[in-house]
Amino acid sequence: MSANFFYTIEVIANGLMTGVMYSLVALGFVLIFKASGVFNYAQGVMALFAAMTLVGIQTGQVPFAHLINVIFGTHLDKFGWEVPTFIAILIALAVMIGFAFLVERYILKHLVNQDPIILFMATIGLAYFMEGFGDLMWGSEIKKLDVGLPQGGNVWLENATAGWAEGFYGFYIDNLDMWATAIAIVLVAGLIVFSNYTKTGRALRAVADDNQAALSVGISLRKIWVIVWSLAGLVALVAGIMWGAKSGVQFSLSLIALKALPVLMLGGFTSIPGAIVGGMIIGVGEKLFEFTVGPYIGGATENWFAYVLALIFLVFRPQGLFGEKIIERV
Amino acid sequence: MFYRESGDFKTTYAKDTQTFPIKLDRVGYYIILAVAFIAIPLLLITDTGGGASYWTNAIFLPFLIWAIAAIGLNILVGYCGQLSLGSGGFMAVGAYASYKLMTSFPDLNILFVVILSGAITAGVGILFGLPSLRIKGFYLAVATLAAQFFLVWLFNKVPWFYNYSASGQISAPTRSFFGFEVTGATASAEAKYLFCLVLLFCVAWVARNLTRGRIGRSWMAIRDMDIAAEIIGVAPLKTKLSAFGVSSFFIGIAGSLFFTVYLGAVEVGEAFGIQKSFLLLFMIIIGGLGSIFGSIIGAAFMVLMPVLLKIILVDQLNWATDIAAHFQFVIVGALIIIFLILEPHGLAQLWRLLKEKLRLWPFPH
Repeated sequence: MSANFFYTIEVIANGLMTGVMYSLVALGFVLIFKASGVFNYAQGVMALFAAMTLVGIQTGQVPFAHLINVIFGTHLDKFGWEVPTFIAILIALAVMIGFAFLVERYILKHLVNQDPIILFMATIGLAYFMEGFGDLMWGSEIKKLDVGLPQGGNVWLENATAGWAEGFYGFYIDNLDMWATAIAIVLVAGLIVFSNYTKTGRALRAVADDNQAALSVGISLRKIWVIVWSLAGLVALVAGIMWGAKSGVQFSLSLIALKALPVLMLGGFTSIPGAIVGGMIIGVGEKLFEFTVGPYIGGATENWFAYVLALIFLVFRPQGLFGEKIIERV
Repeated sequence: MFYRESGDFKTTYAKDTQTFPIKLDRVGYYIILAVAFIAIPLLLITDTGGGASYWTNAIFLPFLIWAIAAIGLNILVGYCGQLSLGSGGFMAVGAYASYKLMTSFPDLNILFVVILSGAITAGVGILFGLPSLRIKGFYLAVATLAAQFFLVWLFNKVPWFYNYSASGQISAPTRSFFGFEVTGATASAEAKYLFCLVLLFCVAWVARNLTRGRIGRSWMAIRDMDIAAEIIGVAPLKTKLSAFGVSSFFIGIAGSLFFTVYLGAVEVGEAFGIQKSFLLLFMIIIGGLGSIFGSIIGAAFMVLMPVLLKIILVDQLNWATDIAAHFQFVIVGALIIIFLILEPHGLAQLWRLLKEKLRLWPFPH
C-alpha cells in the first residue's frame, strides 16, 4: 500500500465529514420544504443568527449595543456576566422558536397560496433582513464560539496509523468533525423517531403529504408551520454551533447555506436520507476533485464543483436521487 | 380630470398599438427624454465644481447601467419565468469580453466592443440556459448558481482572461466615441452619462418591442404554464433559449459598461460576486416582475436608497458607516418581504393603480 492510497482515503474521510456538515444545513431546508412547500433560502442565515445569538448570550453581550450607543451616546458593551454553555444553548433555542412564531405570524400567513417562487424570493428577503438584524444586534465582527467541543486533529488516530506506509504520517482527522458526525447521526435519528412515533410528527407528515387533506381532518396548518420552523431553527442552531466552532462565527457561515443547495438538489428536496447522502457525495466529490484535478487547473475548485456536479446530475435526473417523481399536469 | 383618454381618437392601427396610447403619457415620456438627453447633460457640462462627477458616479451611471441589467434579467425572470441567480457571472462575462476585445483590437470602436461583449455573453447565457429545458423552478435557480460561481472562478484563475497582469485586475484603456472619450480616467462625466443613456434607451426600446411582439408572448406563455404552452405549439427549446440569449445579451452590455465606463478597473470576485446577482433580483422584484418600466424604476430605487440612507444616517446623524450598512440590509430585506406580501408586481403595479385612480379623479367611480 502506498502513502498516496492512504492519503486518498484520508481525503475521502474528511470529505465525508464535511459532507455531514453540509447535510446539517440541508436538513433544515428539507424539513421546511416538506411541511410547507417553502424553499427557505434563509436557512443558512438562520444558522448564522443562531450561532451569533449563542455567542452573544454566552459572553453576556448587550443586544443592539452599537445601535443604542450611537443613538443615545451611551457606552454599553457587556453585561459583565457569562452564561453557562448549556443554558445559553437553551436560550438561543428559545430565541429561534420565537423567531419561528414571528415568521409564521408576519410572513407566511400572508403569503399562503402564492407561487412557490414568490415564497422563495420572500425568504431571500428574510435572509437579508436577518443578516442585517443579526449584525445590528450582536455586532458584525468575527466571533469565537467555544462550546467545549475538542478541537484540532485526533492525536490517537494519527499516532496509531502513522507508519502504515512509506512516508505516511497517519490520518489527520479533526476531532470536531467526528463530533459533528456523531451529533448529526443523533439529530437525524431523533428527527426520524419524532416524525414516525409522535402525534405531532404524524401530523407533520400528513401536512407534507397533502395539506388540504390534513386541514380537513383538523390539523392546524399554522401550528404545524410554527413547529416546523422551530425544528428548522433547532437544526440551524446545531449547524451554527458546528460551523461556528470550526471556523468562527462570521458572515461566510451564511454562504454555507448556498453549498447546501446542490446537496439538496442531489438528494432531492423532499427526502431526509437524501440530504445526508447528497451531502456526503458533495463532500467527498469536491475534496477528491480538489485533491486530484485541482492542482492542474488552478485550485479553489471547491467554490463551484458542487454546483456543476448538481447541474450535470440534474440534467439526467431532475428530481434528485431520492426525490419524489415530478408529475406535471396541465 | 386631466389624465384621461377621452377625446384621444385613434384613426390608424399604428396609433392603436403604440406604446403610450394616452396623450398625456406620450407627452410625459417626451419630457422625460428631453430632460434626460438635453437638460441633465447641460447641467453636467455647466457644473464646474465636483458636483458633476459626484452625481454621475454615485447616481447616474450606476442607475443607467443597473437599469440595463435589470431589463435583461426581467426578460428572463419576469417575462419567461426562469429564475436566475447567475446574473453576476454573466455581467463578469460582459466585462471580461470587453477587456479582451479592447486589448486585442485597439482600433475597434467602443460601441462595437460593448455590443460584441453582449453577444458573447448571450452565447454563454444560452449555454448555461440549456439545462433549463430539463430543470425547472428552484432547481434551475440553483443550477444558475453554477454559472455564477464557475464563471467568477474562471476569470480569477485563468490568467489569459486578465492578460497575465500581476494583480489579477483588469483595467479599461481609454476609448472614444465620436471624438469624445467615454472610458478611462480622463473621460468627462457628461460623455459617460450620454453613452450609457443612449444604450439604456436602445435596450429599453428593443426590450419593450420584443416583449409585446410574438416572441414576448411566447415567453409569457412559457412563464404562465410551460406544458400548456408546449401543447398549443410554443417551442420550449427556442423560447427558453431565446429568453436566456436576449437576457444575457443585455446583462452582458451592462457588465461591459459597468467595467469600461463606470468602474474602469475591476476585480472579478468583488465586482461581480453573488451579491450583485441578488441586488439585480431585488431590483426587478421591487420594480415589478414583467415590466420594462418596473426594471428601470427598481434600478433607480436600489441605487438611490443606499445613497439616501448614507446621507441621512452617516452625514446627518453621524452614525458609523457599518451600522448604516447593516440597517440597509434590514431595510432591503423588509422591503422585499413587504412588497411580495402587499404588491407582488412591485412599483410598476403601484404606478398602474395610480394611473387608474387618476383617470377617474376627482370622482370615485
